[in-house]
Amino acid sequence: MGGTQMAIGITSYGAYLPWHRLGPGTNGWTARTERAVASFDEDSITMAVAAAVNCLDGFHRQDIQALYFASTTPPYKEKSNATTVSVAADLPFETLSMDFSDSLRAGTAALQAAIDAVKGGSAKQVLLVAADMRVPQPRSEFEPVFGDGAAALLIGNSKVAVQLEDSYAVSHEMLDVWRADGDAFVRTWEDRFVIEEGYLKILPQVISKLLDRNKLSSKDITKAVLYAPDSRRHREMVRKLGFDLETQVQEPLFSTVGNTGAAFAPMMLAAALEKAKAGDRILLANYGNGADAFLFRVTEEIEAIRNSRGVGSYVESKRILPDYETYAVWRGLIDKAPPTRRPPIRTPSPSAMHREESKNLRFHGIKCKRCGYPQYPPQRVCTRCHAKDEFEDYRFSDKKAKVFTYALDRLGPTLDPPLVVSVIDFDGGGRMFSIMTDRDVDKVEIGMPLEMTFRKFHSSEGIHNYYWKCMPVRA
Amino acid sequence: MAESIKDKVAIIGMGCTKFGELWDKSPEDLIIEAYKETMEDAGIEKKDIQAAWLGSHLDDISIGRGVIIFSMALKLPFIPVTRTENFCATGTEALRGACYAVASGAYDIALALGVEKLKDVGYAGLPESGNLNMEGTLGRFTTPARTAPGAYAMMATGYFAKYGLSPEDGKRTLAKISSKSHHNGTLNPKAHLRREVSVEDVMKAPIIAWPLGLYDCCGVSDGAAAAIVTRADMAKNFRPDPVYVKALQIAASSGEELLYTDYDYAHVETTYRAGIAAYREAGIKNPREELSMMETHDCFSINELTQYEDLGISPRGRAKEDVDAGFFNIDGKIPNEVDGGLKCFGHPIGASGLRMVYEIYKQLQGKAGPRQLKDPKIGLTHNMGGTPPSCVVAVGIVGL
Repeated sequence: MGGTQMAIGITSYGAYLPWHRLGPGTNGWTARTERAVASFDEDSITMAVAAAVNCLDGFHRQDIQALYFASTTPPYKEKSNATTVSVAADLPFETLSMDFSDSLRAGTAALQAAIDAVKGGSAKQVLLVAADMRVPQPRSEFEPVFGDGAAALLIGNSKVAVQLEDSYAVSHEMLDVWRADGDAFVRTWEDRFVIEEGYLKILPQVISKLLDRNKLSSKDITKAVLYAPDSRRHREMVRKLGFDLETQVQEPLFSTVGNTGAAFAPMMLAAALEKAKAGDRILLANYGNGADAFLFRVTEEIEAIRNSRGVGSYVESKRILPDYETYAVWRGLIDKAPPTRRPPIRTPSPSAMHREESKNLRFHGIKCKRCGYPQYPPQRVCTRCHAKDEFEDYRFSDKKAKVFTYALDRLGPTLDPPLVVSVIDFDGGGRMFSIMTDRDVDKVEIGMPLEMTFRKFHSSEGIHNYYWKCMPVRA
Repeated sequence: MAESIKDKVAIIGMGCTKFGELWDKSPEDLIIEAYKETMEDAGIEKKDIQAAWLGSHLDDISIGRGVIIFSMALKLPFIPVTRTENFCATGTEALRGACYAVASGAYDIALALGVEKLKDVGYAGLPESGNLNMEGTLGRFTTPARTAPGAYAMMATGYFAKYGLSPEDGKRTLAKISSKSHHNGTLNPKAHLRREVSVEDVMKAPIIAWPLGLYDCCGVSDGAAAAIVTRADMAKNFRPDPVYVKALQIAASSGEELLYTDYDYAHVETTYRAGIAAYREAGIKNPREELSMMETHDCFSINELTQYEDLGISPRGRAKEDVDAGFFNIDGKIPNEVDGGLKCFGHPIGASGLRMVYEIYKQLQGKAGPRQLKDPKIGLTHNMGGTPPSCVVAVGIVGL
């Protein structure tokens, strides 16, 4: 039941959507909807990092004790994915990193665990990040539906903007949609079974129970954030629960983003919070081999965390892929010959990657204590004043930059030619050579404003090589 | 008090293979061919060589690491052999090692030979240009996609922006540079690329790395070149027309250019620094008036343009005027890339620095055939390795 001793809930939120869309206008795309698709250099880890950094804007990282990463598509099966997210988001060494996986409810499972950790006192603040990029089988019923993206929620007990009132969950074993070890694509059973014996039966039970025991009815909910496998089922659920579609229900992003898997429910919640007002009562309900539901009450603190990098701005910032083939190449569905014959890129060294963690993943440079000049990569001797070992760490990942010079390299190996190479100057000082991603080649110019983005450079022998690239500032 | 290398060492023999895609020649074939021409030119025998310096850049193809392919191919009689590697300035580094050894008095006669066999890898461009491998282990993950054309194209963008050249004007200036070298290449039977290419052809060529197109990039070639050096006071015992070393300087990047926002990406600081040091060593006060010819490192056309300013020939931002006026053409005031340059003679990395000296050596001796200049006295070689903000530049000056 409700009635927690102290206020626990959401203290910040963030989201990330990839820049590219499949949609009307994409040659070879037959659906009417748009679907957010991760770039060739993105995966669940990189999108999670982007959402985490957005969520942490203005917050002190040393005050966060745990990071929970939820995804059904973690790049590593054995080796923590949460740790990579934690380090790239520049959380402290003393962070408990945990992976929540294998379930479309992984995001809300992590939310419940985060609330319990704060309630239990093992952490004051937990950063929860959910990200997914499920690859639908080409031309399957899932292809017009699945989208890629990430959402982050900061859970704490101080300056709570969205207070938890109660939550409830059930387990329900059934094979409705599944992906076994080794399966490339999601499989499904007959949809009448999947929907009628599963989704439309279980989720209403859980929501009713939660509302009943809090002596609430559907009329008392300001906004219902409801997971659904697709747009049609979402409308059926709204009708069944008696919510008014126009005023009471969070728009489910099916026409613009798609179902983002484990990130979907947290992402819709983040979208709802962008427009929430103090006093609003929000219902969050998620589904997958059971269901869970949460009741939240929005507080005055919501005004302090109006996040400009929420779902809304990312929905608007997009590029429609010109053709389906590009997407298919990016996902490895077509093994297309590269534009130029190039040597294979060598496998990175895990021992060197380990040694360079601060530089490559945290994206730390140094700032000279004597002359104040920021430099990347970190130096032992200051480039400007030649002071030795008199530096403090300096995080470049959240600094904006501008193009100083660039080239459009058609020889450089990339799945998105040409390779845009650039020299960039950071606001506040510092310069580096950087690969530019998610750019419109015709619009690259000297002085163009940039932000940094965590990306996968390449993979070889099971090693994913992550590093930071620059990109034009997303609106 | 340090002394200079000026007039302490003389070159008494040189050889150079044809450069190109030499599918039928092994690295050993190239070594033996360059060596044979050099020894016949010097008129000495193998037993006269007291030490050797070998320049070769890549170690996973060509002759591998170390020196034994080289020493065993030539059957050198257990003399000291040293391998040098300094990016694309490797050839000059080999010559520098041999010259310093002779200048020190340790040896009277030394061999310098540079060789590179690039065309056994199955793709165009430099074999490691998918991974320039300038940063050792680190390059495997932070800059795996860097290419040489991309790195130099950024200097073209930077130069055009700094001096207000439109892409059209900038590319046309660069096109004149490449077209000039193509003309010179037609006059050289040893050159890799021997065909006239018009300014319009250069302008219309496919883009490799915008703003640089195909003809803004030099040839990737196999080849070898070599020199025999001796003490200056012994040189005339071997031949009446030895060529004397006036300066051999190398500058390496300090990190300022890459990391510091003051660098304008419209010049190469190491070229400027090595040029100043070489002119001082050679006693040259006004290079624009004193130099007879140059062979500079035109791996990309933009690099040649900026060199004219960095080497003090043209004022900053105004090399275009000299290019437009034909100042560096074969009939100009200071002809450059008379043998075709890297652009058309080709660029077998370890051999290029010695190939530059070979052309000036032949010109000074009046043996350059159809491209012979009128009465040259002193020439400059500029041999550069790396990318504009992180590189080594070797500047050599040789004269009568």
